[in-house]
Amino acid sequence: MRSDLEIIDEWVQPNIRVLDLACGPGELLHHLIKNKQVNGYGLEIGHDDLNICIEKGIPVLEQNIDEGLQNFDDQSFDLVLMTHALQQFRRPDLLIDEMLRIGKECIITFPNFGHWRSRLHLALKGRMPVSDFLPYNWYDTPNIHFFTFQDFERLCKEKNIKVLRWAAVDGQLKDHWWIRSMPNLFSETAIFHISR
Amino acid sequence: MPDVIPADSVGIVTPQIAQFDTPLALSCGQSLSSYQLIYETYGTLNQSASNAILICHALSGDHHAAGYHAMSDSKPGWWDTAIGPGKAIDTNKFFVIALNNLGGCCGSTGPTSINPETGQRWEASFPIVTVEDWVESQARLADLLGIQTFAAIVGGSLGGMQVLEWSIRFPTRLQSAVIVASAPKLSTQNIAFNEVARQSIRRDPDFFDGNYIDNNSVPTNGLGLARMLGHITYLSDDAMGAKFGRQMRHDSYQYNYGIEFEVESYLRYQGEAFTKRFDANTYMLMTKALDYFDPASQTNGDLSAVLSRAQCEFLLVSFTTDWRFSPERSEEIVNALVKAGKSVSYAKIEATEGHDAFLFPIPRYMTVLNTFLTRVANRLTTEIK
Repeated sequence: MRSDLEIIDEWVQPNIRVLDLACGPGELLHHLIKNKQVNGYGLEIGHDDLNICIEKGIPVLEQNIDEGLQNFDDQSFDLVLMTHALQQFRRPDLLIDEMLRIGKECIITFPNFGHWRSRLHLALKGRMPVSDFLPYNWYDTPNIHFFTFQDFERLCKEKNIKVLRWAAVDGQLKDHWWIRSMPNLFSETAIFHISR
Repeated sequence: MPDVIPADSVGIVTPQIAQFDTPLALSCGQSLSSYQLIYETYGTLNQSASNAILICHALSGDHHAAGYHAMSDSKPGWWDTAIGPGKAIDTNKFFVIALNNLGGCCGSTGPTSINPETGQRWEASFPIVTVEDWVESQARLADLLGIQTFAAIVGGSLGGMQVLEWSIRFPTRLQSAVIVASAPKLSTQNIAFNEVARQSIRRDPDFFDGNYIDNNSVPTNGLGLARMLGHITYLSDDAMGAKFGRQMRHDSYQYNYGIEFEVESYLRYQGEAFTKRFDANTYMLMTKALDYFDPASQTNGDLSAVLSRAQCEFLLVSFTTDWRFSPERSEEIVNALVKAGKSVSYAKIEATEGHDAFLFPIPRYMTVLNTFLTRVANRLTTEIK
């Protein structure tokens, strides 16, 4: 399993209700259902991903998150997850509000655009960074919002969202002391555990 | 007519009849002292009788879901696209049962059958049956065939309602439920459509208050009209447009009430063809069963509360252009199941065919169905090992 997912796994309590937004092929959810006995559901619109989930027996619903999540009641889940997807939605700020309405807690992971390599790429080459982790060109990328570790922290502060804990990992998804001390510069993936 | 039976067909099949002599109490308060159910089976029941799939039919369906009755048949069973060796409902893995519901007109006891108590045809006196009654009778058929638990129960439209009822009424008797293009209850508009269909039958002077056979008559106009209306609602605007557009019968307008547009001819043909194979009283009964179905009424309208009894895994499927049983209606079931903490997956299939899509072999639809059922089959084999 990707090590950002391993970190999330450590944070998740057993036997809770989990909603995984944009669950992809359900790697994390599958693990949580098997090992933490969670009552989990994924939302996804990719046909292949949906099929993989059904194949593995992961409850998955075909639902476009950008069209709203009104079908889920307030505080009806213990945990709402979103890994590496927030940057793909029309209004990440409103989506976070929705996630915190539906879930008592949320865990969100995202690529940190403040990573030194992205900064260097833009500064030296003058062009939008393309990396192994974000391998798209500006015109075909599904990632329509780029933001940094600090941007996310600031948004949480503005919205009075509590950061219960966070982690930051590099491209190999390892946790190092220098990443921890300067996450905005050194983390490639940021992981936030938040609540109201 | 098949010159040779296709390799992925279940081949020539012969319907069987099960006789039941234990009275069946119906929702309406009456009971049937004895009755018959006609059914077909495809594939082989395994030793532990754990690989059975029950197919529940929709408004105008019957027990002939797959294969051919004779080499001279012009068409195979109504869901032959999905049932067969190697198909989505794989008869190499599953023992598939399809029956004609009570009140039907294809061999199970219904309005055209003889009432044993009077020696006369039931006709208008046949009691109104509900989805609940059907599920009870289907459970008795399962008992007779030695099936305690179905691997899956599958149905589209009105068939999906039966599957939903199974999951609530007999939660331990099915491992999985596949509900396609269905709804937890009819919308007002749907009840309204059904009422127009019924009125068109009832107002046909050949209907004789339902006792038309006795009067050597058939309400073909009314039943045909009901089917024409139904047919429009089963297709999408786009599908009809793509099929017929404004294609004309003649080069110029005739300025009369004959057939001007091809769609008129199509509807008349569909209406007329239907009257040759279907009974008007059965059609009326089926529409009433649709109208009455509302399992959430047991729990003050709370669908998730009534579904909390269910124990099986669910797959729900809807189609984008279906407006008779729109995706939102399937999503009501999905949301209630999520709320109740049940295992459910849901696919919304892009399709142009409207409600009829559930009968078409749309590749992604078949893939989803097959993927879900393959897992059901794999679990059976691991359990046996």
